[in-house]
Amino acid sequence: MNSFSFRRFRAVLHKEWLQIRRDYFTLRMIIMLPVLQLFLFGYAINTNPKHLPTGLITADHSQDERSLIAALQNTGYYDIIPLSSEAQGEQGLADGSLLFVVNIPPNFDRLVDRGEKPTILVDADATDPSAIGNATAALAGLSNVLDRDLPPNLRSQPAQAPFQVAVHARYNPEALTVLNIVPGLICIVLIFSTLFVTTLAITRETERGTMENLLAMPLRPAEVMLAKVVPYIVIGYVQVSIIMVIAVAVFGLPVRGSLLLVALALGLFITSNLLLGVTISTIARNQMQAIQMAMFMLLPSFMLSGFLFPFKGMPVWAQWIGQIFPVTHTLRIMRSVLLKGDGFMDVLPELWPIILFIAVIGVIAVRSYRETLD
Amino acid sequence: MSDALVIDARDLHKTYGTRKVVDGLTLAVTPGQICGFLGANGSGKTTTIRMLCGLVKPDSGGGTCLGMDILTDAQKIRLQIGYMTQRFSFYDDLTVTENLEFVAEVYGMANPKQAVAGILERMGLRDRADQLAGELSGGWKQRLALAACVLHKPKLLLLDEPTSGVDAKARREFWDLIHDMAGEGLTVLVSTHYMDEAARCSRIVYLSEGKLVVQGTPDEVVQASKLITFVATGANLDATAVKLRTMPGVESAAVFGAQMHIAGMNRAALEQARASPVGAALTWHEVPPVLEDVFIHLLSDSKP
Repeated sequence: MNSFSFRRFRAVLHKEWLQIRRDYFTLRMIIMLPVLQLFLFGYAINTNPKHLPTGLITADHSQDERSLIAALQNTGYYDIIPLSSEAQGEQGLADGSLLFVVNIPPNFDRLVDRGEKPTILVDADATDPSAIGNATAALAGLSNVLDRDLPPNLRSQPAQAPFQVAVHARYNPEALTVLNIVPGLICIVLIFSTLFVTTLAITRETERGTMENLLAMPLRPAEVMLAKVVPYIVIGYVQVSIIMVIAVAVFGLPVRGSLLLVALALGLFITSNLLLGVTISTIARNQMQAIQMAMFMLLPSFMLSGFLFPFKGMPVWAQWIGQIFPVTHTLRIMRSVLLKGDGFMDVLPELWPIILFIAVIGVIAVRSYRETLD
Repeated sequence: MSDALVIDARDLHKTYGTRKVVDGLTLAVTPGQICGFLGANGSGKTTTIRMLCGLVKPDSGGGTCLGMDILTDAQKIRLQIGYMTQRFSFYDDLTVTENLEFVAEVYGMANPKQAVAGILERMGLRDRADQLAGELSGGWKQRLALAACVLHKPKLLLLDEPTSGVDAKARREFWDLIHDMAGEGLTVLVSTHYMDEAARCSRIVYLSEGKLVVQGTPDEVVQASKLITFVATGANLDATAVKLRTMPGVESAAVFGAQMHIAGMNRAALEQARASPVGAALTWHEVPPVLEDVFIHLLSDSKP
């Protein structure tokens, strides 16, 4: 009587499956939501934005100025809008219609020809540093655009440093945000659709008044818990398949490593979320409380996992908290397997923390299942 | 074994916060009995039933249910009792058959399909077998709940206000079923607020504030109350009842159609009320009290 009964587990499993199947709305939601979110965020989030509105203040239209402006536009970051006055530029920066104002001093080409090294002033709206970061960095490359038009003595001097640094943007040579975002987005989208479904699993029974009956029956906690989690693992894999197909077909996500490894990691990740959901569900007194607790878990998943902000940029204590969450490790596995083609041994250091989390939360879930109404 | 008590609970206590919900309750139920559990709302009926099936742990006291300890053998007890909760607690989004099959599987019955078919037939649920439980009317829901509780052939049935919100015909049929099953040897503990249901019990236990106040057969309970009841007929009964209620010694004055019942413990005071100007206009005679009079008496006693 006190041991796990497969038959009782199967009975609850069958019941859960029937209930899931009849709840068309939720079923459609948990399939459609990830797809929608993937499209929405996949296209929307871009940390390397181009075509930023740039005001240009210039007195005359010399040959040198035209070269400079052409070079600015060729970086792809600047969309030039000619302005008539400095006041107009100030206004544009203030109201947000301009992110940059480029001010070329009068008699620019004459000053260049005389070798007076005139200063071009670039005002940038730095309220969002990440939005202008790459564009500003591109300015550095402009110093020698006039070289081919100038006599040798006026050309910019070669770098004084005795060595040169060459940066290769590996795995993502074009630094496309989408390649960074999509593997992480898969994880985040899965949290939404898996954590919440089981968060309501037990509280729903309580609120519908069916819990008292369930408790009065000869069921063991583990039988109920497992039966509530297993159907969603199956549904979770359906979600993963759809998401992966979209990520590859629409967003051009490369799959350089093993898909089987991706499936394993995501399977563990889904399980950890479902178990966390069930645990929340047993602790919360009602559905409202359960949702609040789930939201409480969501924010650190976004902020501390390395999804939105670079993990290495966080203070050590925040990194420690981030390490607890399975999403942090799954995210790394996804990026390394998909983008770098890493194998099982490479990602093992990220796999075991997820497994540990599952073990710990599983025990907590079964322990916190109240067997009485007290 | 047949003479052993089915429920033998001694000195049960349960406190929620500062409120003593069950306060030293001792309960004995013999096999085959239909034991009616009565008392005002909040008198501890539901908590007692929950303690008997292990859903609530008593603070102190203990006892046995079907010979098994309610503190330590709750899991074993659950296999042999059927518990019908006050609120419908089966799955609205499952059909009648699916609900019953779920229960049959959970109790590990040897032949679930056959057992379910049998109970559907017996409870007259066969025509509704494929209907979602949520679509059933109140009476049919109760019947489904009863079917699910007796499916695994329990020896003891605990019913917590099983007929609240059910129409008179459905209630009558429900009780006929309970009597049929008691005839087959099932022991039943049923809580209720309905007097006609109390009258159909072989034994009544009346609780007040978690304590047992009176128990016995319905007749014994009526006699033990030593209540005196008069019936009056005549004109303006409603208006008269309002006035009589305020007189000393008149515990209740209630109109039933063309008759008015007044009841109390003090014969002299009741005689005085009869002789008062409002009472004298009516025709009076004394009758033996009925169960309802006794319960109104007990209920008003329990409120200080």
